Amino acid sequence: MSDVIDRPILAEEEAAKSRLRIIDCDVHPSIHAHTDLDQFLPKRWQQHLRTYGSHLRTPYIGTTPYPRSSPLIARRDAWPPTGGPPGSDLDFMRKQHLDPLDVEYGILQVLDLFIFSQQNLEFGAAIQRAINDWQLAFWSDRDPRLKASILAGQDDTQFAIAEIERCAKIGRYVQINVCPRANEPLGRRRYWPIYARAQELGLPLGIHVGGYGGHAPTGGGWPSYYVEEHQSNAHTMAAQLTSLVLEGVPERFPDLKIVFIEGGFGWIPSATWRMDRHFDAFRSEVPHLKRRPSEYVKQHFWFTTQPIDEPDEAKHLRSLIEWVGADRLLFSSDYPHWDFDDPRFAFKTPLTEAERRKIFNGNARALYKL
Amino acid sequence: MARHIVARTSDIPPGGNKVFGVDGRDIVVFHVNGEFFALLNRCPHEGAPLEKAACVARLTSPEPGIYQRSRVGELLRCPWHGWEFDMRNGQSFFDPKRVKVRSYPVAVESGEELQKGPYVAETFPVHVEDSYVIIET
Ligand code: FES
Repeated sequence: MSDVIDRPILAEEEAAKSRLRIIDCDVHPSIHAHTDLDQFLPKRWQQHLRTYGSHLRTPYIGTTPYPRSSPLIARRDAWPPTGGPPGSDLDFMRKQHLDPLDVEYGILQVLDLFIFSQQNLEFGAAIQRAINDWQLAFWSDRDPRLKASILAGQDDTQFAIAEIERCAKIGRYVQINVCPRANEPLGRRRYWPIYARAQELGLPLGIHVGGYGGHAPTGGGWPSYYVEEHQSNAHTMAAQLTSLVLEGVPERFPDLKIVFIEGGFGWIPSATWRMDRHFDAFRSEVPHLKRRPSEYVKQHFWFTTQPIDEPDEAKHLRSLIEWVGADRLLFSSDYPHWDFDDPRFAFKTPLTEAERRKIFNGNARALYKL
Repeated sequence: MARHIVARTSDIPPGGNKVFGVDGRDIVVFHVNGEFFALLNRCPHEGAPLEKAACVARLTSPEPGIYQRSRVGELLRCPWHGWEFDMRNGQSFFDPKRVKVRSYPVAVESGEELQKGPYVAETFPVHVEDSYVIIET
């Protein structure tokens, strides 16, 4: 057997693990039952949820447009013994994930109720608000390791700003999350008021893959298979990175920090090389850019590691990490989803002690001021 | 090779599995269509517990549009990333040369036979009417 695990966890690994506590930048909590939101959702929208359910910008009602590799895209071992969906039971999450992997902080990423894909923007804003309160009451208050993000769908900028203000006053959120599949590419000016507010508040902007916009998930149209659609997460991230950089968001908001979550990082070198090369030829088209695109990428963007790329040769992963930069990477597990990365085994190439410290803890600690 | 009597055949229901601590490792024993298979209870990819794997069939397709199922229940689909392994020898299907789960020879012997050997009743009481699952490590 070559580079596969054929052994119990070694004593040195146990020791290494205890030296370095992990900040997991992508942990998915789920709502146990929609009625849990009632206390945070005005009657009018409770009724709406029960009567109409979700209204998404896709032609599929009450389901995802693609089959998933496992029910609720979850690890088969992550269903709580007490019932409810994976990620809905804090005690079980502690026992299965936070405690054994020695997670110092977990950044919560809520995907339930297709929060960012609601066609009825007012309903979308109401459930975002409810879920923002629920994150504190059901998770952060009960386990201080778990940090919440302000969910603020950007297609109604006014709602988004109001929600950002409301949550910022509470002061316990570490990030502002917007949707990667909004109506327009993320660099467009209609979204800039949100970026301005994020910069003033000193909160990073989080962009987690997923959601269903009205557009096909790939530039080539609607794929046939889940395996094709899953691949499109990387294309979406590459498109949004390009839009943000070339439309001048980091140029206009130099203190804004942007985090790409669950998009992996294998696509970054080629996306930035290409942008640089084209910039050299076409800079007169985008004279608002003062630096080469790669410089903005290196200074304003962070990327979570999962789903990690697994080239056949470990040395290629090594090069990838060097190209992207260990200071840009934030470890994430994606617990409890099926493509979860275990921090002990995800990197199939050795990391130096300094790299480990940055990727597993230091970068996130500084970025989220933990 | 050490032989370990780990269970009565009736302890592992058909289609089910059970994990045993043997020599400091967790070994999972599957009972499929009257046969028993023993594997290390860790996926070689990122270490998922294989006791939670789905026992699936082999799905093949000689050409687009034609699908065939075979070896029903004999393939393991890892509970995390879904890599598939052959229960008989631990081999993966996508890269059988490089990636495999450690597997162990399993024997089923009747209590009567066991009584004759040195393995009697140290860890399990033997009832001659039962059969026992034995793992070699
Ligand atoms: S841990 Fe089994 S497929 Fe990844």
